[in-house]
Amino acid sequence: MIYNTLISPFVEFAFMRRALVGTLALALGAGPVGVFLMLRRMSLVGDAMAHAILPGAAIGFLISGLSLFAMTAGGLIAGFVIAVGAGVIARVTELKEDASLAAFFLISLAVGVTIVSLKGTNIDLLHFLFGSVLALDNQTLLLIAAITTLSLIVLAVIYRPLVLECVDPGFLRSVSRAGGPAHIAFLALVVMNLVGGFHALGTLLAVGIMMLPAVTARFWARDVTMMILIAVAVGAVSGYAGLLLSFHVGAPSGPAIILVAGVLYAGSVLFGRVGGVLRLAFPGRHLEA
Amino acid sequence: MSAALAFDNVTLGYDRHPAVHHLSGAVQSGALIAVVGPNGAGKSTLFKGIVGMLKPLAGGIDLCGLRARDIAYLPQVADIERSFPISVYDMVAMGLWREAGLFGGIGKRERDKVRDAIAAVGLSGFEERPIGTLSGGQMQRTLFARLLLQDGRVVVLDEPFNAVDTKTAADLCDLVMRWHAEKRTVIAALHDLELVKSMFPEALLLAREPVAWGATREVLTAENLLKARRMCEAFDEHAEACAA
Repeated sequence: MIYNTLISPFVEFAFMRRALVGTLALALGAGPVGVFLMLRRMSLVGDAMAHAILPGAAIGFLISGLSLFAMTAGGLIAGFVIAVGAGVIARVTELKEDASLAAFFLISLAVGVTIVSLKGTNIDLLHFLFGSVLALDNQTLLLIAAITTLSLIVLAVIYRPLVLECVDPGFLRSVSRAGGPAHIAFLALVVMNLVGGFHALGTLLAVGIMMLPAVTARFWARDVTMMILIAVAVGAVSGYAGLLLSFHVGAPSGPAIILVAGVLYAGSVLFGRVGGVLRLAFPGRHLEA
Repeated sequence: MSAALAFDNVTLGYDRHPAVHHLSGAVQSGALIAVVGPNGAGKSTLFKGIVGMLKPLAGGIDLCGLRARDIAYLPQVADIERSFPISVYDMVAMGLWREAGLFGGIGKRERDKVRDAIAAVGLSGFEERPIGTLSGGQMQRTLFARLLLQDGRVVVLDEPFNAVDTKTAADLCDLVMRWHAEKRTVIAALHDLELVKSMFPEALLLAREPVAWGATREVLTAENLLKARRMCEAFDEHAEACAA
Protein backbone atom coordinates (compact mmCIF):
# COMPACT_ATOMS: atom_id res chain seq x y z
CA MET A 1 0.00 0.00 0.00
CA ILE A 2 2.72 2.43 1.00
CA TYR A 3 4.91 1.12 -1.77
CA ASN A 4 2.10 1.67 -4.28
CA THR A 5 1.50 5.19 -3.09
CA LEU A 6 5.03 6.42 -2.52
CA ILE A 7 7.44 4.42 -4.68
CA SER A 8 5.73 2.60 -7.55
CA PRO A 9 4.83 5.62 -9.70
CA PHE A 10 8.54 6.35 -10.01
CA VAL A 11 9.48 2.73 -10.62
CA GLU A 12 6.87 2.20 -13.30
CA PHE A 13 7.00 5.42 -15.26
CA ALA A 14 10.09 6.93 -16.81
CA PHE A 15 8.51 10.34 -17.09
CA MET A 16 7.98 10.39 -13.31
CA ARG A 17 11.62 9.49 -12.73
CA ARG A 18 12.79 12.24 -15.01
CA ALA A 19 10.47 14.74 -13.40
CA LEU A 20 11.84 13.75 -9.99
CA VAL A 21 15.45 14.11 -11.09
CA GLY A 22 14.65 17.47 -12.63
CA THR A 23 12.98 18.83 -9.52
CA LEU A 24 15.69 17.49 -7.22
CA ALA A 25 18.33 19.22 -9.32
CA LEU A 26 16.29 22.41 -9.26
CA ALA A 27 15.91 22.23 -5.48
CA LEU A 28 19.67 21.79 -5.10
CA GLY A 29 20.49 24.78 -7.30
CA ALA A 30 17.67 27.15 -6.44
CA GLY A 31 17.62 26.52 -2.70
CA PRO A 32 20.83 28.34 -1.74
CA VAL A 33 20.09 31.14 -4.21
CA GLY A 34 16.65 31.57 -2.68
CA VAL A 35 18.10 31.79 0.83
CA PHE A 36 20.36 34.65 -0.21
CA LEU A 37 17.56 36.38 -2.07
CA MET A 38 15.46 36.25 1.07
CA LEU A 39 18.26 37.44 3.34
CA ARG A 40 19.02 40.33 1.03
CA ARG A 41 15.32 41.26 1.01
CA MET A 42 15.15 40.57 -2.71
CA SER A 43 12.36 37.98 -2.60
CA LEU A 44 10.04 39.94 -4.86
CA VAL A 45 12.98 40.83 -7.07
CA GLY A 46 13.29 37.10 -7.79
CA ASP A 47 9.66 37.10 -8.86
CA ALA A 48 10.19 40.12 -11.08
CA MET A 49 13.20 38.54 -12.75
CA ALA A 50 11.21 35.39 -13.46
CA HIS A 51 8.77 37.53 -15.40
CA ALA A 52 11.61 39.36 -17.13
CA ILE A 53 12.79 36.07 -18.62
CA LEU A 54 9.52 35.49 -20.41
CA PRO A 55 9.91 37.90 -23.36
CA GLY A 56 13.39 36.54 -24.05
CA ALA A 57 12.13 32.96 -24.10
CA ALA A 58 9.11 34.07 -26.14
CA ILE A 59 11.33 35.67 -28.78
CA GLY A 60 13.35 32.45 -28.90
CA PHE A 61 10.05 30.61 -29.41
CA LEU A 62 9.06 33.07 -32.13
CA ILE A 63 12.27 32.39 -34.02
CA SER A 64 12.73 28.65 -33.54
CA GLY A 65 9.60 27.20 -32.02
CA LEU A 66 9.85 25.07 -28.87
CA SER A 67 13.61 24.69 -29.23
CA LEU A 68 15.42 24.26 -25.92
CA PHE A 69 18.45 26.15 -27.13
CA ALA A 70 16.53 29.13 -28.52
CA MET A 71 14.25 29.58 -25.52
CA THR A 72 17.06 29.10 -23.02
CA ALA A 73 19.32 31.48 -24.85
CA GLY A 74 16.51 34.03 -25.17
CA GLY A 75 15.61 33.70 -21.52
CA LEU A 76 19.21 33.97 -20.34
CA ILE A 77 19.91 37.00 -22.47
CA ALA A 78 16.77 38.82 -21.37
CA GLY A 79 17.37 37.85 -17.76
CA PHE A 80 21.04 38.89 -17.70
CA VAL A 81 20.44 42.17 -19.46
CA ILE A 82 17.69 43.15 -17.05
CA ALA A 83 19.40 41.76 -13.94
CA VAL A 84 22.77 43.36 -14.65
CA GLY A 85 21.19 46.59 -15.82
CA ALA A 86 19.01 46.83 -12.73
CA GLY A 87 21.90 45.81 -10.50
CA VAL A 88 24.22 48.42 -11.96
CA ILE A 89 21.56 51.11 -11.67
CA ALA A 90 20.92 50.14 -8.05
CA ARG A 91 24.63 50.36 -7.18
CA VAL A 92 25.33 53.57 -9.00
CA THR A 93 22.19 55.64 -8.36
CA GLU A 94 19.90 56.18 -5.39
CA LEU A 95 17.32 53.80 -6.85
CA LYS A 96 17.07 50.50 -5.00
CA GLU A 97 16.95 47.12 -6.69
CA ASP A 98 13.22 46.61 -6.23
CA ALA A 99 12.27 49.89 -7.87
CA SER A 100 14.53 49.50 -10.86
CA LEU A 101 13.20 46.01 -11.52
CA ALA A 102 9.55 46.92 -10.93
CA ALA A 103 9.91 49.13 -13.99
CA PHE A 104 10.50 46.05 -16.14
CA PHE A 105 8.48 43.18 -14.88
CA LEU A 106 4.85 43.88 -15.72
CA ILE A 107 5.79 45.04 -19.19
CA SER A 108 7.91 41.90 -19.63
CA LEU A 109 5.00 39.63 -18.76
CA ALA A 110 2.63 41.43 -21.11
CA VAL A 111 5.15 41.46 -23.96
CA GLY A 112 5.99 37.81 -23.45
CA VAL A 113 2.38 36.63 -23.38
CA THR A 114 1.59 38.69 -26.48
CA ILE A 115 4.50 37.24 -28.44
CA VAL A 116 3.64 33.67 -27.53
CA SER A 117 -0.02 34.19 -28.38
CA LEU A 118 0.91 35.60 -31.79
CA LYS A 119 2.64 32.46 -32.94
CA GLY A 120 1.70 29.69 -30.55
CA THR A 121 -1.35 27.90 -29.29
CA ASN A 122 -2.92 27.90 -25.84
CA ILE A 123 -0.93 24.78 -24.99
CA ASP A 124 2.26 26.63 -25.76
CA LEU A 125 1.14 29.49 -23.58
CA LEU A 126 0.35 27.14 -20.71
CA HIS A 127 3.79 25.60 -21.10
CA PHE A 128 5.38 29.00 -20.87
CA LEU A 129 3.39 30.07 -17.88
CA PHE A 130 3.30 26.81 -15.93
CA GLY A 131 6.05 24.65 -17.41
CA SER A 132 5.84 20.98 -18.13
CA VAL A 133 7.81 19.14 -15.52
CA LEU A 134 6.42 15.82 -16.75
CA ALA A 135 7.74 16.41 -20.26
CA LEU A 136 11.40 17.04 -19.46
CA ASP A 137 13.49 15.41 -22.17
CA ASN A 138 17.16 14.41 -21.85
CA GLN A 139 18.44 17.70 -23.14
CA THR A 140 16.43 19.72 -20.66
CA LEU A 141 17.49 17.49 -17.78
CA LEU A 142 21.12 17.92 -18.74
CA LEU A 143 20.60 21.66 -18.90
CA ILE A 144 19.04 21.77 -15.44
CA ALA A 145 21.81 19.60 -14.02
CA ALA A 146 24.47 21.77 -15.63
CA ILE A 147 22.86 24.91 -14.21
CA THR A 148 22.76 23.39 -10.73
CA THR A 149 26.39 22.31 -10.90
CA LEU A 150 27.54 25.71 -12.11
CA SER A 151 25.42 27.39 -9.44
CA LEU A 152 26.97 25.43 -6.63
CA ILE A 153 30.49 26.08 -7.86
CA VAL A 154 29.95 29.81 -8.32
CA LEU A 155 28.22 30.05 -4.96
CA ALA A 156 31.19 28.40 -3.26
CA VAL A 157 33.49 30.92 -4.91
CA ILE A 158 31.49 34.04 -4.03
CA TYR A 159 30.24 32.82 -0.64
CA ARG A 160 32.34 35.12 1.53
CA PRO A 161 31.75 38.40 -0.30
CA LEU A 162 28.09 37.47 -0.69
CA VAL A 163 27.59 37.01 3.04
CA LEU A 164 29.54 40.15 3.80
CA GLU A 165 27.50 42.13 1.33
CA CYS A 166 24.37 41.04 3.15
CA VAL A 167 25.57 41.74 6.68
CA ASP A 168 27.90 44.73 6.44
CA PRO A 169 28.31 46.10 2.91
CA GLY A 170 30.19 49.14 4.20
CA PHE A 171 32.86 46.93 5.71
CA LEU A 172 33.19 44.91 2.52
CA ARG A 173 33.55 48.06 0.48
CA SER A 174 36.29 49.27 2.80
CA VAL A 175 38.41 46.12 2.54
CA SER A 176 37.74 44.81 -0.92
CA ARG A 177 36.37 45.56 -4.33
CA ALA A 178 34.84 42.10 -4.60
CA GLY A 179 31.41 43.30 -3.54
CA GLY A 180 30.29 44.57 -6.92
CA PRO A 181 31.37 41.55 -8.98
CA ALA A 182 30.03 39.16 -6.35
CA HIS A 183 26.67 40.87 -6.51
CA ILE A 184 26.56 40.69 -10.28
CA ALA A 185 27.60 37.02 -10.18
CA PHE A 186 24.80 36.39 -7.71
CA LEU A 187 22.22 38.03 -10.00
CA ALA A 188 23.54 35.87 -12.83
CA LEU A 189 22.94 32.81 -10.65
CA VAL A 190 19.38 33.94 -9.98
CA VAL A 191 18.72 34.31 -13.70
CA MET A 192 20.29 30.93 -14.51
CA ASN A 193 18.27 29.10 -11.91
CA LEU A 194 15.09 30.84 -12.98
CA VAL A 195 15.69 29.82 -16.60
CA GLY A 196 16.24 26.25 -15.44
CA GLY A 197 13.09 26.43 -13.34
CA PHE A 198 11.20 27.98 -16.24
CA HIS A 199 11.37 24.79 -18.29
CA ALA A 200 10.03 22.68 -15.46
CA LEU A 201 7.64 25.00 -13.71
CA GLY A 202 6.96 27.87 -16.08
CA THR A 203 7.55 31.53 -15.64
CA LEU A 204 4.88 32.09 -13.01
CA LEU A 205 5.98 29.34 -10.64
CA ALA A 206 9.72 28.99 -11.26
CA VAL A 207 10.46 31.38 -8.45
CA GLY A 208 8.33 29.21 -6.14
CA ILE A 209 10.94 26.48 -5.89
CA MET A 210 13.46 29.19 -5.15
CA MET A 211 11.64 31.22 -2.51
CA LEU A 212 9.26 28.94 -0.64
CA PRO A 213 11.92 26.50 0.62
CA ALA A 214 14.09 29.47 1.62
CA VAL A 215 11.39 31.25 3.65
CA THR A 216 10.47 27.91 5.21
CA ALA A 217 14.08 27.40 6.29
CA ARG A 218 13.99 30.76 8.06
CA PHE A 219 11.77 29.20 10.72
CA TRP A 220 14.12 26.35 11.49
CA ALA A 221 17.66 27.70 11.54
CA ARG A 222 19.65 30.53 13.06
CA ASP A 223 22.67 30.11 10.84
CA VAL A 224 23.07 30.66 7.09
CA THR A 225 24.59 27.27 6.35
CA MET A 226 21.83 25.39 8.14
CA MET A 227 19.27 27.51 6.32
CA ILE A 228 20.71 26.53 2.97
CA LEU A 229 20.66 22.83 3.85
CA ILE A 230 17.10 22.99 5.10
CA ALA A 231 15.97 24.93 2.02
CA VAL A 232 17.42 22.26 -0.27
CA ALA A 233 15.75 19.53 1.78
CA VAL A 234 12.39 21.29 1.71
CA GLY A 235 12.69 21.82 -2.05
CA ALA A 236 13.49 18.15 -2.58
CA VAL A 237 10.59 16.97 -0.42
CA SER A 238 8.22 19.37 -2.19
CA GLY A 239 9.30 18.01 -5.54
CA TYR A 240 8.85 14.43 -4.48
CA ALA A 241 5.55 14.89 -2.68
CA GLY A 242 4.19 17.29 -5.31
CA LEU A 243 4.81 14.82 -8.10
CA LEU A 244 3.13 12.05 -6.12
CA LEU A 245 0.17 14.29 -5.37
CA SER A 246 -0.32 15.21 -9.00
CA PHE A 247 0.04 11.55 -10.03
CA HIS A 248 -2.58 10.21 -7.63
CA VAL A 249 -5.03 13.11 -7.71
CA GLY A 250 -4.63 14.16 -11.34
CA ALA A 251 -3.68 17.76 -10.57
CA PRO A 252 -1.20 19.63 -12.77
CA SER A 253 2.25 18.81 -11.46
CA GLY A 254 4.05 22.17 -11.44
CA PRO A 255 1.42 23.82 -9.23
CA ALA A 256 1.21 20.65 -7.11
CA ILE A 257 4.91 20.92 -6.26
CA ILE A 258 4.56 24.54 -5.29
CA LEU A 259 1.43 23.71 -3.31
CA VAL A 260 3.28 21.16 -1.21
CA ALA A 261 6.04 23.72 -0.65
CA GLY A 262 3.34 26.14 0.44
CA VAL A 263 1.91 23.67 2.93
CA LEU A 264 5.38 23.08 4.38
CA TYR A 265 5.79 26.84 4.65
CA ALA A 266 2.46 27.28 6.41
CA GLY A 267 3.36 24.50 8.82
CA SER A 268 6.67 26.17 9.55
CA VAL A 269 5.03 29.51 10.22
CA LEU A 270 2.96 27.78 12.88
CA PHE A 271 5.37 25.27 14.34
CA GLY A 272 8.81 26.54 13.38
CA ARG A 273 11.50 26.45 16.07
CA VAL A 274 12.72 29.97 15.27
CA GLY A 275 9.92 32.48 15.53
CA GLY A 276 7.05 30.15 14.75
CA VAL A 277 3.65 31.50 15.78
CA LEU A 278 2.99 28.78 18.36
CA ARG A 279 6.41 29.30 19.91
CA LEU A 280 5.78 33.02 20.14
CA ALA A 281 2.34 32.52 21.64
CA PHE A 282 3.37 29.83 24.16
CA PRO A 283 7.04 30.33 24.96
CA GLY A 284 7.12 28.28 28.17
CA ARG A 285 8.56 29.34 31.53
CA HIS A 286 11.56 31.67 31.36
CA LEU A 287 15.04 30.36 32.19
CA GLU A 288 17.20 31.06 35.22
CA ALA A 289 19.92 32.92 33.33
CA MET B 1 58.24 61.56 11.64
CA SER B 2 56.58 60.77 8.38
CA ALA B 3 53.01 61.61 7.51
CA ALA B 4 50.35 58.94 7.43
CA LEU B 5 47.70 61.10 5.78
CA ALA B 6 47.95 64.42 3.97
CA PHE B 7 45.04 66.70 3.12
CA ASP B 8 45.72 68.92 0.13
CA ASN B 9 43.17 71.74 0.23
CA VAL B 10 40.49 69.09 0.15
CA THR B 11 36.78 69.82 -0.13
CA LEU B 12 34.30 66.99 0.40
CA GLY B 13 30.56 67.22 0.15
CA TYR B 14 27.27 66.15 -1.34
CA ASP B 15 25.62 67.48 -4.46
CA ARG B 16 28.24 70.26 -4.78
CA HIS B 17 27.53 71.55 -1.27
CA PRO B 18 30.72 71.32 0.78
CA ALA B 19 30.59 69.44 4.08
CA VAL B 20 34.36 69.76 4.58
CA HIS B 21 35.64 73.00 3.07
CA HIS B 22 39.30 73.55 2.14
CA LEU B 23 41.12 71.40 4.68
CA SER B 24 44.89 71.25 4.46
CA GLY B 25 47.37 69.57 6.75
CA ALA B 26 48.95 66.27 7.61
CA VAL B 27 48.39 63.57 10.20
CA GLN B 28 51.71 62.21 11.41
CA SER B 29 52.34 58.51 11.58
CA GLY B 30 51.59 57.22 15.07
CA ALA B 31 49.47 60.25 15.98
CA LEU B 32 46.54 60.05 18.36
CA ILE B 33 44.23 62.75 17.06
CA ALA B 34 40.62 63.61 17.92
CA VAL B 35 38.36 65.33 15.42
CA VAL B 36 35.76 67.44 17.20
CA GLY B 37 33.08 69.80 16.05
CA PRO B 38 29.36 70.43 16.20
CA ASN B 39 26.86 68.13 14.49
CA GLY B 40 27.07 68.50 10.75
CA ALA B 41 30.66 69.75 10.98
CA GLY B 42 31.87 67.26 8.42
CA LYS B 43 33.61 64.72 10.66
CA SER B 44 31.91 61.65 9.16
CA THR B 45 32.31 63.12 5.70
CA LEU B 46 36.03 63.57 6.27
CA PHE B 47 36.37 59.97 7.39
CA LYS B 48 34.45 58.72 4.40
CA GLY B 49 36.90 60.65 2.25
CA ILE B 50 39.85 59.08 4.03
CA VAL B 51 38.64 55.52 3.52
CA GLY B 52 37.73 56.21 -0.07
CA MET B 53 33.95 56.01 0.17
CA LEU B 54 33.55 59.59 -0.99
CA LYS B 55 35.43 61.31 -3.79
CA PRO B 56 36.60 64.86 -3.03
CA LEU B 57 34.82 67.73 -4.75
CA ALA B 58 38.16 69.53 -4.95
CA GLY B 59 41.71 68.95 -3.74
CA GLY B 60 42.85 65.55 -2.58
CA ILE B 61 43.67 63.20 0.27
CA ASP B 62 47.05 61.52 0.03
CA LEU B 63 47.22 58.16 1.77
CA CYS B 64 51.03 58.29 1.68
CA GLY B 65 51.50 54.81 0.34
CA LEU B 66 48.79 53.15 2.42
CA ARG B 67 46.35 50.83 0.70
CA ALA B 68 42.67 50.39 1.54
CA ARG B 69 43.41 47.29 3.58
CA ASP B 70 45.81 49.17 5.84
CA ILE B 71 43.03 51.39 7.16
CA ALA B 72 40.65 49.97 9.77
CA TYR B 73 37.41 51.97 9.83
CA LEU B 74 34.58 52.01 12.34
CA PRO B 75 31.65 53.94 10.82
CA GLN B 76 29.22 55.93 12.91
CA VAL B 77 25.96 54.34 11.96
CA ALA B 78 27.00 50.93 10.85
CA ASP B 79 24.77 49.79 8.04
CA ILE B 80 24.73 46.36 9.57
CA GLU B 81 21.89 43.95 8.89
CA ARG B 82 21.34 42.79 12.46
CA SER B 83 18.70 40.27 11.49
CA PHE B 84 21.19 38.35 9.35
CA PRO B 85 21.86 34.92 10.85
CA ILE B 86 25.52 35.26 11.72
CA SER B 87 27.33 34.69 15.01
CA VAL B 88 29.59 37.06 16.93
CA TYR B 89 32.50 34.77 16.11
CA ASP B 90 31.94 35.01 12.36
CA MET B 91 31.36 38.75 12.56
CA VAL B 92 34.67 39.29 14.34
CA ALA B 93 36.43 36.84 12.02
CA MET B 94 35.66 39.20 9.13
CA GLY B 95 38.55 41.23 10.45
CA LEU B 96 40.86 38.58 9.03
CA TRP B 97 39.98 39.64 5.51
CA ARG B 98 43.38 41.20 5.00
CA GLU B 99 45.10 37.86 5.50
CA ALA B 100 42.44 35.42 4.37
CA GLY B 101 40.88 37.34 1.51
CA LEU B 102 38.28 35.62 -0.65
CA PHE B 103 39.43 32.02 -0.32
CA GLY B 104 42.11 31.89 2.32
CA GLY B 105 41.76 29.21 4.94
CA ILE B 106 41.35 29.99 8.61
CA GLY B 107 43.58 27.69 10.60
CA LYS B 108 44.13 27.17 14.32
CA ARG B 109 46.33 30.25 14.61
CA GLU B 110 43.65 32.45 13.08
CA ARG B 111 40.92 30.89 15.20
CA ASP B 112 42.94 31.62 18.31
CA LYS B 113 43.39 35.21 17.17
CA VAL B 114 39.62 35.56 16.81
CA ARG B 115 39.02 34.18 20.28
CA ASP B 116 41.69 36.46 21.73
CA ALA B 117 40.10 39.47 20.09
CA ILE B 118 36.69 38.52 21.46
CA ALA B 119 38.22 38.12 24.92
CA ALA B 120 40.05 41.45 24.64
CA VAL B 121 36.74 43.27 24.31
CA GLY B 122 35.19 41.34 27.16
CA LEU B 123 32.81 39.24 25.10
CA SER B 124 34.07 35.77 26.00
CA GLY B 125 31.17 33.36 25.96
CA PHE B 126 29.34 35.32 23.27
CA GLU B 127 30.95 33.53 20.33
CA GLU B 128 27.89 31.60 19.19
CA ARG B 129 25.32 34.31 19.76
CA PRO B 130 23.55 35.70 16.69
CA ILE B 131 24.37 39.39 16.33
CA GLY B 132 20.68 40.23 16.39
CA THR B 133 20.55 39.37 20.08
CA LEU B 134 23.29 41.78 21.15
CA SER B 135 22.77 45.07 22.93
CA GLY B 136 24.14 48.31 21.46
CA GLY B 137 27.25 48.20 23.62
CA GLN B 138 27.88 44.55 22.88
CA MET B 139 27.56 45.21 19.15
CA GLN B 140 30.07 48.03 19.45
CA ARG B 141 32.46 45.73 21.30
CA THR B 142 32.06 43.16 18.53
CA LEU B 143 32.98 45.76 15.94
CA PHE B 144 35.99 46.77 18.01
CA ALA B 145 37.11 43.16 18.15
CA ARG B 146 36.88 43.08 14.38
CA LEU B 147 38.98 46.23 14.22
CA LEU B 148 41.58 44.57 16.41
CA LEU B 149 41.91 41.73 13.98
CA GLN B 150 42.13 44.04 11.02
CA ASP B 151 45.56 45.08 12.27
CA GLY B 152 45.32 48.40 10.44
CA ARG B 153 48.24 50.83 10.36
CA VAL B 154 45.64 53.59 10.56
CA VAL B 155 42.53 53.26 12.71
CA VAL B 156 39.62 55.59 11.94
CA LEU B 157 36.84 55.69 14.56
CA ASP B 158 33.65 57.65 13.95
CA GLU B 159 31.98 58.43 17.29
CA PRO B 160 32.91 55.06 18.75
CA PHE B 161 31.44 55.69 22.21
CA ASN B 162 27.93 56.75 21.24
CA ALA B 163 25.27 54.85 23.15
CA VAL B 164 27.83 52.82 25.08
CA ASP B 165 27.94 52.45 28.88
CA THR B 166 30.80 53.83 31.00
CA LYS B 167 32.49 50.49 31.65
CA THR B 168 32.43 49.61 27.95
CA ALA B 169 33.72 53.04 27.02
CA ALA B 170 36.57 52.69 29.52
CA ASP B 171 37.49 49.24 28.17
CA LEU B 172 37.42 50.47 24.61
CA CYS B 173 39.56 53.46 25.53
CA ASP B 174 42.16 51.02 26.86
CA LEU B 175 42.16 49.38 23.45
CA VAL B 176 42.71 52.74 21.77
CA MET B 177 45.68 53.42 24.03
CA ARG B 178 47.01 49.98 23.19
CA TRP B 179 46.85 50.82 19.50
CA HIS B 180 48.67 54.07 20.17
CA ALA B 181 51.37 52.19 22.05
CA GLU B 182 51.70 49.90 19.03
CA LYS B 183 52.56 53.01 16.95
CA ARG B 184 49.36 52.86 14.91
CA THR B 185 47.83 56.14 13.77
CA VAL B 186 44.48 56.65 15.48
CA ILE B 187 41.93 59.24 14.36
CA ALA B 188 38.67 59.46 16.26
CA ALA B 189 35.63 61.71 15.99
CA LEU B 190 34.32 62.44 19.46
CA HIS B 191 31.79 64.61 21.22
CA ASP B 192 33.01 64.14 24.78
CA LEU B 193 35.47 67.03 25.16
CA GLU B 194 36.60 65.88 28.63
CA LEU B 195 37.60 62.54 27.16
CA VAL B 196 39.45 64.31 24.36
CA LYS B 197 41.33 66.52 26.81
CA SER B 198 42.33 63.55 28.95
CA MET B 199 43.26 61.06 26.24
CA PHE B 200 44.18 62.79 23.00
CA PRO B 201 47.30 64.89 22.66
CA GLU B 202 46.25 66.29 19.27
CA ALA B 203 42.93 67.65 18.08
CA LEU B 204 41.34 69.07 14.94
CA LEU B 205 38.38 71.35 15.52
CA LEU B 206 36.23 71.18 12.41
CA ALA B 207 33.19 73.27 11.61
CA ARG B 208 33.01 72.57 7.92
CA GLU B 209 36.16 74.66 7.64
CA PRO B 210 39.07 73.84 9.92
CA VAL B 211 38.92 76.14 12.95
CA ALA B 212 42.05 74.94 14.74
CA TRP B 213 44.46 72.03 14.52
CA GLY B 214 47.25 71.24 16.91
CA ALA B 215 47.85 70.38 20.56
CA THR B 216 44.54 69.70 22.28
CA ARG B 217 44.79 72.34 25.00
CA GLU B 218 45.50 75.00 22.37
CA VAL B 219 42.69 73.87 20.09
CA LEU B 220 39.89 73.40 22.60
CA THR B 221 39.82 76.95 23.91
CA ALA B 222 36.54 78.71 24.67
CA GLU B 223 37.22 81.14 21.83
CA ASN B 224 37.71 78.40 19.24
CA LEU B 225 34.70 76.47 20.42
CA LEU B 226 32.56 79.56 20.10
CA LYS B 227 33.82 80.10 16.57
CA ALA B 228 32.92 76.52 15.70
CA ARG B 229 29.45 76.83 17.16
CA ARG B 230 28.74 79.77 14.89
CA MET B 231 29.07 77.57 11.83
CA CYS B 232 25.83 77.32 9.94
CA GLU B 233 24.64 73.72 9.67
CA ALA B 234 22.27 73.97 6.72
CA PHE B 235 23.47 74.02 3.15
CA ASP B 236 22.85 77.30 1.38
CA GLU B 237 20.54 76.63 -1.54
CA HIS B 238 21.47 79.93 -3.17
CA ALA B 239 25.26 79.68 -2.80
CA GLU B 240 27.52 80.67 -5.65
CA ALA B 241 30.41 78.59 -6.97
CA CYS B 242 33.39 78.80 -4.60
CA ALA B 243 36.18 81.00 -5.87
CA ALA B 244 38.89 79.62 -3.58
